[in-house]
Amino acid sequence: MVTLKELRQDELFLPGNASCPGCMLSLAIRMALKVLGPNTVMTVPACCSAVIQGYYPRSSSAVPTLNTAFAAAAATASGMSAALELSGRGETSVVAWAGDGGTADIGIQGLSGAAERGENFIYVCYDNEAYMNTGTQSSSATPAGAATTTAIRGKAEPKKDVPAIMAAHGVPYVATACAAFPLDLADKIKKAMSIRGLKYIHILTPCPPGWRYPTERGVDVGRMAVMTGSWILYEWQGGRYTLTGPSRGLLDRSRRRPLADYLRMQGRFGQLGDAEVARLQDELDARWAGMARRLEGGAGRGEAGPGE
Amino acid sequence: MRDCGAASSAPTMGASGRTGQWRLRRPEIDQRRCTKCLICWLYCPDASVVRGEGRGVRIDYDYCKGCGICGAVCPVKAIRMAEEASD
Repeated sequence: MVTLKELRQDELFLPGNASCPGCMLSLAIRMALKVLGPNTVMTVPACCSAVIQGYYPRSSSAVPTLNTAFAAAAATASGMSAALELSGRGETSVVAWAGDGGTADIGIQGLSGAAERGENFIYVCYDNEAYMNTGTQSSSATPAGAATTTAIRGKAEPKKDVPAIMAAHGVPYVATACAAFPLDLADKIKKAMSIRGLKYIHILTPCPPGWRYPTERGVDVGRMAVMTGSWILYEWQGGRYTLTGPSRGLLDRSRRRPLADYLRMQGRFGQLGDAEVARLQDELDARWAGMARRLEGGAGRGEAGPGE
Repeated sequence: MRDCGAASSAPTMGASGRTGQWRLRRPEIDQRRCTKCLICWLYCPDASVVRGEGRGVRIDYDYCKGCGICGAVCPVKAIRMAEEASD
């Protein structure tokens, strides 16, 4: 376990960047770089992170960062990893750092290809559940019920389960994290650094303007996402799922907070009536039943994989 | 920095300017209450809680955007958010 005292004191994602006040993505990248350290190269496609780096000729990132096209994060990281390997610098961590749009929608073919080829890098999807820097358009990672500027009465379709898709590829390591649990995130980054192959980490990053909650509540919202079970913290390695952090205690439904406690903190769910909230709670309980089966099943590449 | 044939930016504090100017509310630490637990340092999204010489912390008002997360996570409520004076 990474402890607070072990975290490096210097900052590799610098203050005075362009992130919105209370941006939880900003916390996630700051924390990830504290663990990754300076011997890291990143590639960032079009996303909030590319915006908050700042404009030429200044950058907020203190590690070499290559900006790339929306669809190309995993392909770019594949090339960076190969080049470092060939020049004898294979110990440098290569990280693709992309948003949910650049992962679940626009970059998924490149990511799937890199996973199949067994490329050696860490792919981080930070998930603020919509296209936030262009004005909160829905992505396939936007959850059902959340209002966006392209789904003003709330999105009808469920959230695409990208971590399960990556587990189905049989990559060596898949983990979910939440920016409100920075030391749990730090543990997963550290573990990913020690494994060869494609490591996939999916971080939930609450977004004050997009989710519509007051800026100081980002940690509370992220914690509630986990305590209601709406966001499940886990690792998938060697065909086995393991719950981590507070999610470990939440298999029993009575230990989970009502989903409404999470939804009612955020303006994006404000249009939902009680019947719709109850339906979303039923869907969430079904998702946990699926997770219970995965935990029992042990082997198997995700819910829909050939192992089941 | 070596010319790699592409536009290349240099790491800079305040790459987007003095973001402290965005602030509407100002975190103020009551140093007598502070237990130096560093939870505010851990959670600050903007790396604007600075660890000093000793074990204490202070706010970097040049860049703190005033989000208030430090005050929300402080276990002993040693950080209050004060309204910035309007001018």
